[in-house]
Amino acid sequence: MSAETVTLQHVGKTWCPVGRPSVEALRDFSIDIEPGEFIVLLGPSGCGKSTLLYMLAGLEDISTGTIREGGREITGPSPDRGLIFQEAALFPWLTIAQNVSFGLSIQGLGSKECEQRARELLRSVGLGGLMDKKPDELSGGMRQRAACARALAMRPKLLMMDEPFAALDVQTRAKMQDFLLQLWQDSGASIVLVTHSIDEAIALADRVVVFTARPGTVKTIVPIDIPRPRASRDPRVHELRDQFTELLADEVDRAFAEQEAL
Amino acid sequence: MLVTARARMMRGTRRLGVALPIENLAKYTQFGWAVASIGLFAGLWELAWALGYANPLLLPPPHIFLSNMSRTLSYFDNSDAIGGTAASSGLVGLLMTCVFTTLRVVTGLALGFVLGVAAGALIHYVTLARNLLTPLILLLAPISPVAWLPVSIFLFGIGNVPAIFLVFITLFFAITLSTVAQLETVPRSYLNVARIMGASERQTFLRVVLPSILPSLFVTLRLNLFAAWMVVLIAEAVGVGSGLGQITSVARSTFNAQLTFFTMGIIGLLGFFFDWSLRQIQARLLWWVAPNGGRR
Ligand SMILES: Nc1ncnc2c1ncn2[C@@H]1O[C@H](COP(=O)(O)OP(=O)(O)O)[C@@H](O)[C@H]1O
Ligand SMILES: [Mg+2]
Repeated sequence: MSAETVTLQHVGKTWCPVGRPSVEALRDFSIDIEPGEFIVLLGPSGCGKSTLLYMLAGLEDISTGTIREGGREITGPSPDRGLIFQEAALFPWLTIAQNVSFGLSIQGLGSKECEQRARELLRSVGLGGLMDKKPDELSGGMRQRAACARALAMRPKLLMMDEPFAALDVQTRAKMQDFLLQLWQDSGASIVLVTHSIDEAIALADRVVVFTARPGTVKTIVPIDIPRPRASRDPRVHELRDQFTELLADEVDRAFAEQEAL
Repeated sequence: MLVTARARMMRGTRRLGVALPIENLAKYTQFGWAVASIGLFAGLWELAWALGYANPLLLPPPHIFLSNMSRTLSYFDNSDAIGGTAASSGLVGLLMTCVFTTLRVVTGLALGFVLGVAAGALIHYVTLARNLLTPLILLLAPISPVAWLPVSIFLFGIGNVPAIFLVFITLFFAITLSTVAQLETVPRSYLNVARIMGASERQTFLRVVLPSILPSLFVTLRLNLFAAWMVVLIAEAVGVGSGLGQITSVARSTFNAQLTFFTMGIIGLLGFFFDWSLRQIQARLLWWVAPNGGRR
């Protein structure tokens, strides 16, 4: 894997929906994502986190600035940059195995190889016995694992996740965070994960990018160099939690003030 | 891909069916109720006849219109030719009549479905087509298929085609409008997954968009099945000159009550069988959708 730094420079996005006033979601957002790095985007809702991920994935055009991978500008989506949604977005008309190998079969892999690869991938995410199940028959956490396996099938260099565990209960969430760290270490991919949970950010990230309220931009970037697994009783974790709570409270206050001014 | 999954599912259900005699019991009970329901109706009719309330010439009860089978069957003709008379045994004629009527319905439905989806997709994806076609289709859709009958005869003359055309019209607009509506609701995330995986437009349509709208289209198809079934009889009575519709028309003009009720029975059976087959197809083709439409 020849991973390269993904560079965002002065990225801005203004949504211009038809028949509604335009919204400036992002402004002047710059960051370098190093190969193999685990970045968490933390911010109040509506500050443009999803917008940023979609542009990084190449699914939406950027309004200003550039996003480069190595030297090349990102112009469209690619299997190299996988995206995982809050609802796993598995296709209900395919079995779990077929969902996992969907990308491979789109790329022209035969059905035998697809099944073989799906079996390996599902085993690696702990769903070995569920090849022939329908997505409906799985729990939320299992569906998210299957979605991860589907993205990993393409051997992405960058894996983006938009609040992937937000819909899960607390216990499942903790399990999925451990699972994700393991997966990240095994795959060597960089991960950009969006969350509004401070604890999740502290548990996972190499660096946490705190957003300002809309239009979203980088408020601060906080590196976390506590070795994993990080115990929630660790005093350094406590300290970080207070720090993030304060940073976010400022932005939520600002967002409210802005709404009242309207 | 779909085929193997379907086969796997079916194997699964069959195994389940054997393992659970309860399921068979439920089926027998259901069948029992069906017999009781029809028996009750026939019994009341027979009673009315026995008491002298039902004139056997106008409302012949089942045992009468079923008894004179050979004469009734002589009206059914296996040549499917206009105004032909029975040449061979009546039973073959009856079967052939049913087959020809059924073929007209199936052909019309298939054409209506495929072209309806195509028109819907055209309207959804091509702006020019949307602007040009939407008003026209909204205007034509509410017109009863029966009103198209003269048009179809002007256009296609007497024969098979006008009957097929009427069935086609019955389904076409409904499927077109349903397709347009459903295409709007395909989840964005499904399309995004396809884009990230590098699917071509064709692959996206066939492997993501179509399966996600198919369940609703099938509901539309089934809803319009009975209308199609009625329309084909009218077309046959007027514009084709053969088939079950033609027989009812003959029965009416000759005041043949026995033939009328016999044919009605056949039509009812065929319609029921049709709906049942569609349900079977639905269950196999759309294996991921729970039978009652909800989630499992
Ligand atoms: N497809 C879109 N069209 C128009 N406006 C959008 C669209 N997506 C997001 N927005 C707007 O952009 C802003 C940021 O949204 P989003 O990126 O979803 O925030 P977050 O993920 O941080 O909650 C919001 O005000 C939202 O209404
Ligand atoms: Mg979001």
